[in-house]
Amino acid sequence: MSIADALRVATRAILANRLRSILTTLGLVIGVTSVIVLIAVGQGAQVGVASKIRGLGTDLIFVQPGQSNDRTTGARGQSVSLTRSDSDAIVAAAIPGVAGVAPQISFNAQLIAGSNNSRGSVIGTTPDYITVRSALVAQGEFVTDTDVDRRALNMVLGSALAESLFPNGEAIGQQVRLAIGGPLGFNFRVVGVMAARGGATDQDSQAFVPVTTMQSRLPFTRNSTGEIAVNQISIQMTSKADQKAVKAEITNLLVARHAVAAPDFTVQSQNDLLGAASEVSATLSILLGSVAGISLLVGGIGVMNIMLVSVTERTREIGIRRAVGAQSRDIVLQFVTEALTLSIGGGLLGMALGVGIALGLNGRQVAGQAMTTLIQPWSIIVAFAVAAGVGLASGSYPAFRATAIDPIVALRNE
Amino acid sequence: MIELQEVAKTYVTGAGPVHALRGADLKITRGEFVAIMGQSGSGKTTMMNILGLLDRPTGGRYLLEGSDVSDLDADERARLRGREFGFVFQAYNLVPRLSAIEQVELPLVYQGAKDRRERAAAALERVGLSVEFHRRGPTQLSGGQQQRVAIARSIVVEPRVILADEPTGALDTATSAEVMALFRDLVQRHGITVIIVTHEAEIAALTDRIVRMVDGRIVGDVETRLLARGQQEASA
Repeated sequence: MSIADALRVATRAILANRLRSILTTLGLVIGVTSVIVLIAVGQGAQVGVASKIRGLGTDLIFVQPGQSNDRTTGARGQSVSLTRSDSDAIVAAAIPGVAGVAPQISFNAQLIAGSNNSRGSVIGTTPDYITVRSALVAQGEFVTDTDVDRRALNMVLGSALAESLFPNGEAIGQQVRLAIGGPLGFNFRVVGVMAARGGATDQDSQAFVPVTTMQSRLPFTRNSTGEIAVNQISIQMTSKADQKAVKAEITNLLVARHAVAAPDFTVQSQNDLLGAASEVSATLSILLGSVAGISLLVGGIGVMNIMLVSVTERTREIGIRRAVGAQSRDIVLQFVTEALTLSIGGGLLGMALGVGIALGLNGRQVAGQAMTTLIQPWSIIVAFAVAAGVGLASGSYPAFRATAIDPIVALRNE
Repeated sequence: MIELQEVAKTYVTGAGPVHALRGADLKITRGEFVAIMGQSGSGKTTMMNILGLLDRPTGGRYLLEGSDVSDLDADERARLRGREFGFVFQAYNLVPRLSAIEQVELPLVYQGAKDRRERAAAALERVGLSVEFHRRGPTQLSGGQQQRVAIARSIVVEPRVILADEPTGALDTATSAEVMALFRDLVQRHGITVIIVTHEAEIAALTDRIVRMVDGRIVGDVETRLLARGQQEASA
């Protein structure tokens, strides 16, 4: 029996039971589809997170307060090991490779302008922030040194925030009330509006005020020694800076300043964050891939089950074929070909569906975020190969069972 | 051409051994038209299975063209069977869904033969099934037509021997006569050996030689011609 003959017999048998064939391959179709889609989603997430981290600026180092037992006071539960004077000290140390230093203290608050109000993240910072974070001012100006010196009640709004507070009018010069809960509340004058940055980090819903204003107006931003506790110090390095050396110098400087044995803060470069994020995404990809792989396996079991049924059903046919001269290998070829045709058909369908869905999801808004999918060619090849392999494996056992059928018994089988 | 020497077949069942054949001696030469007769359980079907290499004897020797084929394995028997034997069954045993011409092509498929279509068409022609029926599946053919397809399938490989197991069992008298005439034609015109297994005396009477079996033994072996003469003499 030639391969062409076997294919003809297989196609005929598959088409004779259309619904059953479709249901059988459905498992494999879903398996292949989900392998391709889930890996594309996982890889897309990895790339998306990486681009968000890159979107923060370039060549950045972030210093954040670490674990501390000092629970006296703190901004929104953050420990207070990092202060504004740390930031000043980093500037003063003039570490080679450091291009800019911006401390920031942030908390969420309600912002009110007339009858409009919006929730946003309020960040107390210094003029350096704008260069360190490569942000742009669209209108007016950013927090100035004068503002910082005078503890001015001036505020710069993110583009989205300006839009929602002043939907039909000029924001510059207007009053915005910052409600912090309870009786606390201050009126700020809008002096600038940031350019829209896009991305998913909500950078457009931030409001910026001088860090000193926060210190004087908001008592909880000070720690027990009266210093301004900050959430983060962003440090920009020159593009050629030795990032490891800069990190080490900053660590040494702060350890000395804090007079602690081990750092009570963390120093992370953008690359560290990228590494951590890609590790998380890789784990996610593996997890999604395994789930999809299991569904492929289940699909294969379905094919084997149907092939066993098919062999039993066609006992008599096998007997006839044996009687007219079919050898074992002819019978094996027939059933393996049938199983392979089913699974390769399912694999091709799954490939088409998987690529289609992955392309369709790309750029879609899912849970308020734009979804990125990145189809991995290897995932297509692997999924298809596994589907075909599963077909071969699940066709072989029923095929060998078929050869064990005694033609005499088979021909008596009514 | 076919020679059975003390051939025995014993099945082992849960209820103990069943002796289907208890030492059968039989010689059939080329171009014979033979009927094997017996009641059900007489061993005639076992005999046919062994003759057709569907089954192997548990005792004795089976010589085909002088060579012992008693101990061939399943695939060797399948190869030989496909080449030397054609089978016709009571239940036609056509493959579901295949058209008449595809049924006839089937043995050629397993031989890897060329011009299968033409040879199958010629075989169908020979059994008298006209072209309009070639594309029909088993469900679209009458019993007689199905049996013709089965006979065409058995002769398409130009076998030496056709083995027919109750070939007329499911057919009416007129169609039975047609099928028997067809076998007669194959014997006379093509020199094929035809062996029919039947329990019907009228059908057996249409062959040249009747082998009677009882309880796994051959108890009679006469030429039909002589039998008919004997009957005439008895009635005279």
